[in-house]
Amino acid sequence: MPVAIEARELSKRYRIGQMQAAYGTLRDSTAHLAARLAGRAGADEKQEIWALRDVSFNVDEGEVLGVIGRNGAGKSTLLKVLTRITTPTKGRAIIHGRVGSLLEVGTGFSPELTGRENIFLNGSILGMKRREIQGKLDEIVDFSGVGKFIDTPVKRYSSGMYVRLAFSVAAHLEPDILLVDEVLAVGDAEFQQRSLGRMEALSGTGRTVLFVSHNMQAINQLCDRAILLDGGGVIQDGDASAVVTHYLHSALRSGSQTSWPDDASAPGDDLARLLSVRAIDEDFETIDTADVRRPVGIEIGFRVLRQGPPVFAKIKVSDGQGAIAFNAMDVSAHWSEQSEPGRYVARGWIPGNLLNEGRASVEAGVWTLHGAKLLPHGHRYDAVSFYVYDPGDGDSARGRFVGQLRGAVRPLLEWTVERVD
Amino acid sequence: MRRVTQIQEERLERAAQAPRPLESRPSAERPTFVIRPAPRWPHLDVRELWHYREVLGTIVWRDIKVRYKQTFLGVVWAVLVPAFTATVYIVVFGKFAKFPSGNVAYPSLVIAGVIPMQYFASALSQSSMSLVANLPLVTKVYFPRVLLPLAAVLVPVVDFVVGLPVLITLMGIYGTWPKGMQVALAPAFLALALVTALGIGLFLSSVNVRYRDVPYIIPVFLQVLPLVSGVMYAVEEVPAKWQWILAVNPMTAVISGWRWAVLGAPEPNWPHAGVGAGVGVLLFLFGLTVFRASEPRFADTI
Repeated sequence: MPVAIEARELSKRYRIGQMQAAYGTLRDSTAHLAARLAGRAGADEKQEIWALRDVSFNVDEGEVLGVIGRNGAGKSTLLKVLTRITTPTKGRAIIHGRVGSLLEVGTGFSPELTGRENIFLNGSILGMKRREIQGKLDEIVDFSGVGKFIDTPVKRYSSGMYVRLAFSVAAHLEPDILLVDEVLAVGDAEFQQRSLGRMEALSGTGRTVLFVSHNMQAINQLCDRAILLDGGGVIQDGDASAVVTHYLHSALRSGSQTSWPDDASAPGDDLARLLSVRAIDEDFETIDTADVRRPVGIEIGFRVLRQGPPVFAKIKVSDGQGAIAFNAMDVSAHWSEQSEPGRYVARGWIPGNLLNEGRASVEAGVWTLHGAKLLPHGHRYDAVSFYVYDPGDGDSARGRFVGQLRGAVRPLLEWTVERVD
Repeated sequence: MRRVTQIQEERLERAAQAPRPLESRPSAERPTFVIRPAPRWPHLDVRELWHYREVLGTIVWRDIKVRYKQTFLGVVWAVLVPAFTATVYIVVFGKFAKFPSGNVAYPSLVIAGVIPMQYFASALSQSSMSLVANLPLVTKVYFPRVLLPLAAVLVPVVDFVVGLPVLITLMGIYGTWPKGMQVALAPAFLALALVTALGIGLFLSSVNVRYRDVPYIIPVFLQVLPLVSGVMYAVEEVPAKWQWILAVNPMTAVISGWRWAVLGAPEPNWPHAGVGAGVGVLLFLFGLTVFRASEPRFADTI
């Protein structure tokens, strides 16, 4: 398999000052120079960061490579280096083929010029030859859907029309290597969908794609392979789903199990104390990622210290943004009896196809009922968390939709459709 | 496995909806390039510039188009500005101060100085601002950045050409026509103005990326420049002991040469003109070196 991109120890250093004060005035610099001459140098000089550090990888022709990592991990810098917007400080990359990126959608659009003029302007800046643009002009106009406004200055366009036209030009670029930064394409859901669609279309024809995204679902579904960047370096490179799982695991704030070794430190009071909380799968194995279609168990270990009112377990599940998905408690009949001292394990099962994708945080505790009130004995916010992912087989509640479905829960409903006429 | 096949199906479906059937180019036709750290010694990659010539054309075309679209009077300004400036000079310096004009009618002399100076002023200020003015391009797309200041010195050539009828009209009125073949050399003097403006523009545009002080410096410079370039007087009338000041200024060579070529004014002082041209070329090389050296950092600092 021929190689499309060979990156060898790519490194990029930024001086902090360069990033903070994007530009200064001569006065600042003069002051700085004076400070340096006065011997107060040094401190400033050391303020540099490596946005990329010895990044090496190969991308085969026709491969779809996902690039993931936290904000500031170096993803965007990597794309900037590969598109030659900025030069690396060290290392090199060999690129075989014409590079196009969806970072540059609408770049160079001039508001005074008409849609048609902007097609030529933008196309040429993105590397198309004039003849090539001329040949594709009708298609570009059709695809953009701005039709009769094509000879109107784009400053009179709605923002939707503007983006459609810009995207249409970029979509006709037909690069050998496509770089997509979904992180930058925030906001416009339609635009994101188009980018993804475009990516799929291109990768289906054997083009090479480098896809930067925070959308793990899309990475899982669209990429063969992924690299995980952290602190400017590649910390994992391999099968997309394995890298995504690794990343999600490391991104969880709390673990998938929590336990308190001695009663004294365990949350609780003189009636009951929490001992442990785990997220488990159907085989009772601790998990930190869960297939959206499979049930997830929350196992709560607790100790009842004396006879008393019935003690029961309760959980509250929230999504990654802190929105509450639901509260649920054990309402089994035996809790209507007096509780006896001893160690207990309660397991509550969250059914498959209920939670939405993303982080799920579980607050767990043991409670008693006092009249109309719930009384906590031992409980812990964010006791465990796990990551729900959708492998994208098409049989979950998202079907074959690739974009974001909002909501803390995402149940798979039973649908019936009947024809009524 | 099921997952893989399903995605492939999906890709094919989506591909079918794509704007047009996409066929992959054979590997042999694909350009290969190497991304590496900026070279220690800046150099100009002429082959690359040639490769990007259409982008240069596009930028020039855009700037001309936008300029004349945005203004109400459009092209008329290219005539009005030099005509107005020249009128002020003719009245103040010609009539009141009685500046020496040599053997050429003063109004022709002035307009023949004002038009190249006007070109130089626009070329210089626009090329100095070119990187910052095209910030979205600099931060989002790759192309040789030299194209931006270069385009900026080409755009005002249009104004220059449009302003020529003013000169020709005055030449007709005062009967100051070119004497012989030297008129063919007129473009060479304009080229010297272009090279000089480009050199200073390359330097100032790269400085402007980091220090936005440049817009304040340029007007001061451009106010003084006509006074020491002989725009409102005949250069050969200046006392010999001050001639050297005029000689190191490339615009003196441009203006006196241009007058000689198109007005039939006396020949320029060739050694002095040679010095001026040399300074112009040196400024260009200096600007280019500074520009190429700071180019790798433009996208990071702009």
